[in-house]
Amino acid sequence: MIKRPFFGLGTPRLKYPVIDIDIADTIREIPLPQKVTLLLSPDIRIEDLILKAGDSVKTGQKLKLLDDGNAYLISTVTGTIAEISEYTGYLGRIYPAVSIDAAGEDQWDDEFNETGKTPNPENALAFFNYLPGNPDFTTLSSVQSAINTIIINGLDSDLLVTTNQFVVKTETGRLTEGIEYLKKITRASRIFIIVPPDSAALAEKTGVPVYAVNPVYPNTLPQIIMKNISGTEVLPGNSCEDMGVGFINAEAVVSLTMAFSEGKIPVDKILTVINKDYVPETVRARIGTPVKDVFKALDIDTAHGDQIIFGGPMTGTAVYSEDMPVSPNTDAVMIQDSARITLGSDNQCINCGECVRACPAGVPVNMLVRLLENGLYEEAAEQYDLLSCIECGLCSYVCIARIPVFHYIMLGKYEFGRVKSAEEPNA
Amino acid sequence: MPNQKLLVSSHAPYWHNGSSISGKNYSIMLAALPAVGMGIYQYGMPALGVLAFSVSCAMIWELIMNLVMRRPVSIGDGNAAVIGLLFGMLLPATTPWWMVLVGTFIAIVVGKQIYGGMGCNPFNPSLVGIAIVMLSWKNYLNFNAALVNYDLGFYMVYPLAAVKHLGTSALSNYSISGLIFGQQTGGVGTTFGLGLIIGGLYLILRGHIRWEISLSFLVGVFMTAYLFNIADPDKYAGPMFHIFTGYTLFGAFFLLTEDSSSPVNFIPMLIYGAAAGFLTVLIRNIGAFVDGAVFAILMMNVANPLLDKIRPKAFGRGIEHA
Repeated sequence: MIKRPFFGLGTPRLKYPVIDIDIADTIREIPLPQKVTLLLSPDIRIEDLILKAGDSVKTGQKLKLLDDGNAYLISTVTGTIAEISEYTGYLGRIYPAVSIDAAGEDQWDDEFNETGKTPNPENALAFFNYLPGNPDFTTLSSVQSAINTIIINGLDSDLLVTTNQFVVKTETGRLTEGIEYLKKITRASRIFIIVPPDSAALAEKTGVPVYAVNPVYPNTLPQIIMKNISGTEVLPGNSCEDMGVGFINAEAVVSLTMAFSEGKIPVDKILTVINKDYVPETVRARIGTPVKDVFKALDIDTAHGDQIIFGGPMTGTAVYSEDMPVSPNTDAVMIQDSARITLGSDNQCINCGECVRACPAGVPVNMLVRLLENGLYEEAAEQYDLLSCIECGLCSYVCIARIPVFHYIMLGKYEFGRVKSAEEPNA
Repeated sequence: MPNQKLLVSSHAPYWHNGSSISGKNYSIMLAALPAVGMGIYQYGMPALGVLAFSVSCAMIWELIMNLVMRRPVSIGDGNAAVIGLLFGMLLPATTPWWMVLVGTFIAIVVGKQIYGGMGCNPFNPSLVGIAIVMLSWKNYLNFNAALVNYDLGFYMVYPLAAVKHLGTSALSNYSISGLIFGQQTGGVGTTFGLGLIIGGLYLILRGHIRWEISLSFLVGVFMTAYLFNIADPDKYAGPMFHIFTGYTLFGAFFLLTEDSSSPVNFIPMLIYGAAAGFLTVLIRNIGAFVDGAVFAILMMNVANPLLDKIRPKAFGRGIEHA
């Protein structure tokens, strides 16, 4: 953990780890688990699913989820569906989950190879929703898409996470090829790649404009990248996608190459596992592998009172069960020892101003948190820039009173969104 | 489920930079030590008595309020001790015990707890205490009267009072270097300029107080005193005299910088400090009080929420909606 230096006049400087190529050569393979669990979108209701326990599935098979609509799932193993259950995730969202008992040898399904191998937006929408790296082709490729610029992340947004850096360093060839496919399946006119400075020369080989990002947090958050590259600030309450800028992970671009050149939809995810000493290790695991199997393969012990985090130390999401599976968007899994957990307090804000100086979005956090503590979400959004927050977590990181500021902000955004959507029909 | 392994699930971020309120308050007390040490060296046991009693009373009032208001006991965070220490440092060494008791009651209860505790106080609690004590028992806080039985080997007239009543002819009794090394009468912990500067720099470098506030306050005092001085050199003392006497340095590093009652944005901090400096000299030179720092800082505490409205545009707010 990076502590405040003894002399601390300025704002915190949290550096991203920049991996050197020696480490990049090693990747640990996690053995195929007995059972995989695939999480579905929380928009899908479990009672509407047409999948049933006992259905047999093949690796890479596209499974239709609902009677009507295009929702689908890509099976990542060959076997039979064991059960359909529910997981509760961030903000209390319910994720239907399909568990599949793996039967050993992979038998690949042919549908993609026969009908989907032409790189075009329709096939991207029809097959790539569960691609490793979690590209959002509904935004990037759909006909209504207003995306004119795509930025390829060659540097992960959170600290300690090195998944996409690793991909840029080890898969430059397939990345270059993948960019050509990306051009065919999206409608964006400009494509950039962002990398840490030491990978810039390597990234030049891909043929798209390269932006070297100074690897200091929060420089790789989408809103900051967008501002630094195009000079445009995201309007409060909007996303980068609303402003015409889409993001895709380098890993997803490489997955495109693997899909189109081999005729198989990739089902393995590269992820950074951060152990209790905060040492990252890159592993490859089948999508759907429960994290306990990942830990077992790496000899990591978990104990009562530890914390398991999907994502990095600044913006990740803690999970309540070791059965949580590796998903297409799981770039990192972090385990934190119970002795290293910093818990929040119920102190009041003492108005020291550390958060205001740390905030990259210029939000008056000291005032904002007072309103949020009292549930005044609309005032917070209108007068104190709640919606300008870019969700970096630095306010909580520096808070001397240890107020869970970031938690309050996310709650505030959620509650404000609920108030707005309740008002809309009457407006 | 006795043996079940349960995981903790808190909200991001999972790292913290390790700073804490108690750490900050203990640093402030540490920074005050050079000046406190000098005060005890000069005035002996009575000074130690005032300081120790002030710190203990403040903590006891805090504890009583915690119990009465059924709030978690908060004396461990060091805030009450800091308020008590700073209050004690403002007093002359001869202050009677009952005045310390009443003053700390006002500081902790009226200045802080009734607003909801640490972080909610609109004024610096130590200053609320000293202001009310000053107005209620003028003679006990008149340093010339209070310290009349002391002879420490330098000119034992309170410098600000001397200049106020006698004009700049009194200046010949003081030297700037003497003032820096504490050769002046005043509060227990407010006379040793060098010690206060060392403590202040320590706090600034540690990031516990903001240099913007301290520096702009000193600049405000300097500029205002300088303008008065060139307007009438016989009546008004020069800027360096004002910086090294009274509560100026103590105010710059320990009082004005109190978190809750000071602004957090850059420009507001500069205005806050400079205006407090201006008011300090204004009250000293043409007001009714000998030292203006107490009321000047309280005045600017009031202005703090308004000043903090001057803030940078948040992300996306600088652009007109298309």
